Amino acid sequence: MLKGLVEHVGIEPGRLHFSWISSAESTKFVEVAQEVAKAVKELGPAERLVKRRAEVG
Amino acid sequence: MEQFGEKIRERARELLETGKVEVFVGYRKGTVPMMNHPVLIRDPGKAEILHWDSHCGLNLCNYLTKRTEKIGVLANGCNSRNMVTHIIENQVKREQLYIVGIPCTGMIDHRAVARAVKGREILAVDEEGEAFTVRGRDFEETFRKKDFLQRNCAVCTHHNPVICDEMIGDPVEEPQGVQAYKDVETVEAMSAEKKWGFFTQLISKCVRCYACRNACPLCYCPTCFVDESRPQWVGKSVHETDTMTFHLLRAYHCAGRCTDCGACERVCPVGIPMRQFTKKLNKDAMEYFSWEPGLSLEERPPLDTYRPDDYNEFVR
Repeated sequence: MLKGLVEHVGIEPGRLHFSWISSAESTKFVEVAQEVAKAVKELGPAERLVKRRAEVG
Repeated sequence: MEQFGEKIRERARELLETGKVEVFVGYRKGTVPMMNHPVLIRDPGKAEILHWDSHCGLNLCNYLTKRTEKIGVLANGCNSRNMVTHIIENQVKREQLYIVGIPCTGMIDHRAVARAVKGREILAVDEEGEAFTVRGRDFEETFRKKDFLQRNCAVCTHHNPVICDEMIGDPVEEPQGVQAYKDVETVEAMSAEKKWGFFTQLISKCVRCYACRNACPLCYCPTCFVDESRPQWVGKSVHETDTMTFHLLRAYHCAGRCTDCGACERVCPVGIPMRQFTKKLNKDAMEYFSWEPGLSLEERPPLDTYRPDDYNEFVR
């Protein structure tokens, strides 16, 4: 439901991932981490729900 | 609606006099038209200030928690559903409540009325059955109530109390085939970019007054996450990101609990339709868990139980 809500307000699908990985599942951890990194890279830098420092100078 | 006023006063007086309840929670007429507000009565002689009409949109369940005495309380559909929610969340005991049930035909949207009279000052509003008359210094207009219902009341399917100890009037017929989530579906069909635009626009006027939280019967935490400063969970400015974080978290705290009573929208000083957040959660609770909050004292809410067949396709 959280994923549903977050995506409903316009955060891109693919930015939020859920996974259940046991401490014994090292290969699964690597796989998931790589998938997440790939999905997020494709989306590019987050522009929504981000607060930037004031640009000075 | 308005015809039940006398009966409410009479029953409240009797309940207080006989000592069946020590305090009675109901509504009284507001100091300005259409703004009735909750009132707690201990003296049977004061029961006469109790009032009931189509402007009693605040939720009485905010006044039931953290009490030790026996409470008499007025309950229409949504009030009673929030009582069920309070009971299953151990905020109040069923035995502590004496619930006076009342059939409800919906509350009037005070903003829609103000728009209809073009913002002229309203000095009195009188209700007669299906119609109500608005009077000002130099105008008088009569409207049909069903054209001016609060948005949540227009799609309500629980007009009668879910639990009560007595009923003040005959139950009203519940509408069938209401399509409650048309607006949510419209947003669901948008692209992520459009959705973001829609919601950013929606909350852009927010002044972070937290009236929506204060009016919400679900918000009874001793310290709200927005008020904590160590750690500070959410920024306190009206920056778009801070405001969005607040609204997302506020809504998510209501996931699987919101009865769509509409108190949040009613009290918003800038008129933000923040039910757009909670409605999405209500829709999902229905789709994933066939769950409507506040209908049963026996079932546990979906987010505090686990079943092996729970929806979990999003988990890798």
